[in-house]
Amino acid sequence: MKLDPKVKRIILWSIVAAIVLGWILAYRWDADQTTAVASRTVRAAAPLLLGALCGVIGERTGVFNIGIEGQMLFAAFVGFMAASYSGSLLLGIAAGVAGAMVLGLFLGWAAVTLKMDQIIAGTVINVFALGFTSFYYVQGRTMPSFPSWSVPGLDGLPLLGKSFFSNPPLTYLAMIATVVVWIGLFKTRWGLRTLAVGENPGAADAVGVNVIFKRYVNVTIAASLAGFAGLHLLQSANSFDRGMTNGQGFIALAVMIVGRWHPFGAAAGAALFGFCIALEAQLQFNDALDIPPQFFGMIPYVTTIAVLAIAGIRARPPAAGGHPFEKE
Amino acid sequence: MLIEATGITKRFPGVTACDDVSAHLEKGEILGLLGENGAGKSTLVKVLFGLYPQDEGTVRVHGKEVTLRDSGDAIALGIGMVHQHFQLVPTLTVAENIILGAEPLRRRFLDRRRAERSVAELSERYGLEVDPHALVEDLPVGIQQRVEILKALSRSAQILILDEPTAVLTPQETDELLKVMRGLAASGVGIIFITHKLREVLAVTDRVTVMRGGRVVGDFATEGATQQSLAQAMVGRAVVLRVDKAPATPGAAVLDVHALQVRDDRGQQAVRGVDLQVRSGEIVGIAGVEGNGQRELVEALAGIRSVETGSVAITGAEATNVGPRRIHNLGVAHIPEDREKDGLVGVYSIADNLVLTSYFEEPFARRAVRRLDEVDARARTLVQRFDVRTPSIGTPVKSLSGGNKQKVIVARELSDPENRLVIASQPTRGVDVGSIEFVHNQLVKARDEGMAILLVSAELDEIFGLADRIAVMYEGRIVATLDAAGATREQVGLLMAGGGAGTP
Amino acid sequence: MTGATTAPDTPAPSGPRIDVGRWMRPALVPLVAIALGLLLGAILILSIGENPLDAYGAIIEGAFGSPDAVGRTLEKATPLVFGGLAVAFAFKGGLFNIGGQGQILIGAVFAAWAGFTFDLPTVIQIPFSLLVGGLAASLLGALVGWLKAVRGVHEVISTIMLNFVAANFTEWLVNTSGPFADPPATNPSNLARTPLINSSAEIPHIGGLPLGFFFSVVVATVCWWLLERTTLGFEIRTVGHNRHAAAYAGINVVLLTILVMTISAFLAGLGGAVETLGVTGRFEPGSNAFLGFAGITIALLARTNPLAVVPAALLIGALQAGTSLMQARTGVPPEIVDLIQAFILFFVAAPVVVLWIIRRRGQEEERLQLTTGWGG
Repeated sequence: MKLDPKVKRIILWSIVAAIVLGWILAYRWDADQTTAVASRTVRAAAPLLLGALCGVIGERTGVFNIGIEGQMLFAAFVGFMAASYSGSLLLGIAAGVAGAMVLGLFLGWAAVTLKMDQIIAGTVINVFALGFTSFYYVQGRTMPSFPSWSVPGLDGLPLLGKSFFSNPPLTYLAMIATVVVWIGLFKTRWGLRTLAVGENPGAADAVGVNVIFKRYVNVTIAASLAGFAGLHLLQSANSFDRGMTNGQGFIALAVMIVGRWHPFGAAAGAALFGFCIALEAQLQFNDALDIPPQFFGMIPYVTTIAVLAIAGIRARPPAAGGHPFEKE
Repeated sequence: MLIEATGITKRFPGVTACDDVSAHLEKGEILGLLGENGAGKSTLVKVLFGLYPQDEGTVRVHGKEVTLRDSGDAIALGIGMVHQHFQLVPTLTVAENIILGAEPLRRRFLDRRRAERSVAELSERYGLEVDPHALVEDLPVGIQQRVEILKALSRSAQILILDEPTAVLTPQETDELLKVMRGLAASGVGIIFITHKLREVLAVTDRVTVMRGGRVVGDFATEGATQQSLAQAMVGRAVVLRVDKAPATPGAAVLDVHALQVRDDRGQQAVRGVDLQVRSGEIVGIAGVEGNGQRELVEALAGIRSVETGSVAITGAEATNVGPRRIHNLGVAHIPEDREKDGLVGVYSIADNLVLTSYFEEPFARRAVRRLDEVDARARTLVQRFDVRTPSIGTPVKSLSGGNKQKVIVARELSDPENRLVIASQPTRGVDVGSIEFVHNQLVKARDEGMAILLVSAELDEIFGLADRIAVMYEGRIVATLDAAGATREQVGLLMAGGGAGTP
Repeated sequence: MTGATTAPDTPAPSGPRIDVGRWMRPALVPLVAIALGLLLGAILILSIGENPLDAYGAIIEGAFGSPDAVGRTLEKATPLVFGGLAVAFAFKGGLFNIGGQGQILIGAVFAAWAGFTFDLPTVIQIPFSLLVGGLAASLLGALVGWLKAVRGVHEVISTIMLNFVAANFTEWLVNTSGPFADPPATNPSNLARTPLINSSAEIPHIGGLPLGFFFSVVVATVCWWLLERTTLGFEIRTVGHNRHAAAYAGINVVLLTILVMTISAFLAGLGGAVETLGVTGRFEPGSNAFLGFAGITIALLARTNPLAVVPAALLIGALQAGTSLMQARTGVPPEIVDLIQAFILFFVAAPVVVLWIIRRRGQEEERLQLTTGWGG
């Protein structure tokens, strides 16, 4: 189904207009609930977005990362423990990110040097993280809580104010990271070389780009984003729970694919899924509809499959993804 | 002396690709590096470009001995290389591809404007027109090659290595390239031109270095050489450039194609209304530069690509969009273009590969249960009959040489007595000379036994050697069908490029 | 470069020379991987201040120390055999089934349903209930296969998503007001579970050993025979090795993809069904999140050979069976077994590491490259 670019643009803008209209109408109907859903959407979308950005960087460099889930969980655990034992939130954040980056380095080693199948490598990360964090888990600890920062002036806006401009710090980080990744990929030398390495590493190698080094570095940097994603979960829950990622690392992968491996696409995808999660939570409170809670639980996962099934076949990932680099 | 290689030896597990090879290039000189597949030409230039370290020998650039650790070192020394398989990033633009690795920056960010300006400048200086904004994947092959050349020139290359650049060009594009090469040489650039096409060597080179089996077997000025003398140097014996065959005695039509239209992977029309007939006992050769719809045509006939409109009939039976299994049952054998990808399963044994299209038929299986003893027996017979060199029938096919792999496929496809039609697509690509002769003889033998053979080949020599009738394919259509006996290379070459009867 | 002969085996360089018989060679990497996994596990046990020898000793005793223990080990191993078969079968077809977890749940709950709803003579009841469970799970597989073959959705994502869907779905089925729930009459504390299956559906123990295990061995043998000796098996393996060549050979790749995932899910579902009918007697949500991954580890330890899945499953089953005794005797958390599995999975999937450690260079192990991209 080939669409004329003009037609595509019209469809896209109609969808955007419809969404905006929908929000306005909902706000008119019930301002409080709508605002609650909006804020929840942003906060649910943020970790998904960070996770997706991690996946985007990795895959654009030619390395699959299905271990985002494990990296998130590991970061949340390490961050929690560090913050809890030291009493310093900042230390916790640093430790969590570092922890994720260690797992990122491992993925680099497994995928690039050992040339393991990348899905198995990611699975090892996930199983390891879940096992490790449960093995060393200690009940009853607490950690200092994250502050909430409001942007003066903008936080007074109806609907947008509470959702976008009155958030704890990592949520802002997600928004900023999206723009930074976009600039990085498309406006810098690092980005151009990354894209080349992910599409045709042979070409990059032929002009003197060190493919191996680049993949190692990028995968590790990307893991830091997964680390922030895990810390974001901690930010919302304020304590660590075994298995608290609950599949969100995998939803982040779906967000990445739906977003066509582009940071802004990922933002849109994350918003979509965040919305589903928020809606699920809101409707549970509301009891407006007599639907069993488990069906709400299913919504994000079913939506993922549905969106992928509809958009999936036209999604074209970076060509080198999954293939280890062999010098000619 | 621009660059000089002395005593280069490069070994790989099981084979010495270069054995004490010496070659040199002067300023403004075009050196032809000639040899058949596997002679070591590619390996030699890869050593010169820093992609492989040599095991022995030295490389001197401008008289100074150098050590090339990677292609970056080579580029820094002014050596540029255009590979046989382009090293371009399809999803990036022309300008982005050219600046990759040496990007102009403005305050830490990519300076796209400067990049485009320098591309335009280069393009004008050397007469290689390109659009800097175009995405490489949208460009035709000839233009992509220009981008590759510009890439090398943008690094101020003084030594340009071209590895089989004309393999994918139309004769017209080839002529343009040769013109560009002369222009570059005139401006002082030294060019090492790898090819196995004798005509091109004679047309543009100043000197020729001939390689065979990893060694240099000839190094002489082009003036005074002929195609015959070059071929003899390449192969080491008097080469039969024509296959010995009796004239054909064709019978009834086996393959009947009417107004066939087929789309390619991107949804474009690849085959735009083809009419074709192949009779039993004749070989019809489809000549044409790759990319003019031959692949899609063959895939449609083999049943693995859908036909949009038109019809295909095989011995009168309906064969349009019936699927590959039915096509096989109608007595069609297929030697695919890409033998590794489509024709063989690398990890399977020779025996299993030999029944890849018939594993479900008697006697190899009964009621869905395989009879492995029958499979093995058949394999032993075929291996002997077709002279496949292998330690055993259980050996995985991937460890065979290219020629032997092709023999396995030929054995599988040509040994079924019930076959009526053979579709052979680039049947001798990447195959050693001995096996090429073998395959050609087998095809002629099959023709003489009454099979209809459709041969698709990008090698005009092969077409002229084998075909009884020649159909030329250009932009999805058969633009002419000629009797091979009366046709000339110039005639066919012109038709392949879109010229010909009726064109001013 | 010519595709000439491959290199002969170069002899191992100086260093400990390991003399292994020819039959041992394919088993070498898995065995060393297991040893390394246990070693790393021991280090972690030390890190929390416990004695690994005590811990491992307890596991061994808990797994094999008494006829009861052996019975427990076999019980634990049974669903693992099916899980391993499911993953191995999918691998043979070139697919990655990580949905074992969800497929087992569906198989278990529907087998339970058949078990408590129908009361046919045992000879019919047991096969019938097993079939119901397997078929229900196979629907998931068919969906995943269809999504992959027709819509290009990578099975890793779709199976993981369906895991969560299945978890939610089965939870709803057995929750207090759900259609499969245990009524208050037999369920005073309102637990989320199905009623007990009828006794006609129970898979018996013979001499203290669970019949379900022997059934799993039979199924493993059938899988091997199917893959190696039938035309269908040939087609499956061909698609798994080279989809293009399969298409050229006239094999319907789309149909086969769907079929492989369906069978794979069926096998996993059987595992859940056997667990319900042979061990638990009912379905209760309470997931072991690692079950799907255990299947992958087992399939890789067995190098996707269905027959080798059995001993691999026994190993992992033994580890799992022994943890309760280990927990009772030492303070080591049971997750150590999952960590050991993760390590084993790593070593078995990266043979280069194993080979380097035992200094056996020059031997090219066949690397498992299963990932071909999200687009299928």
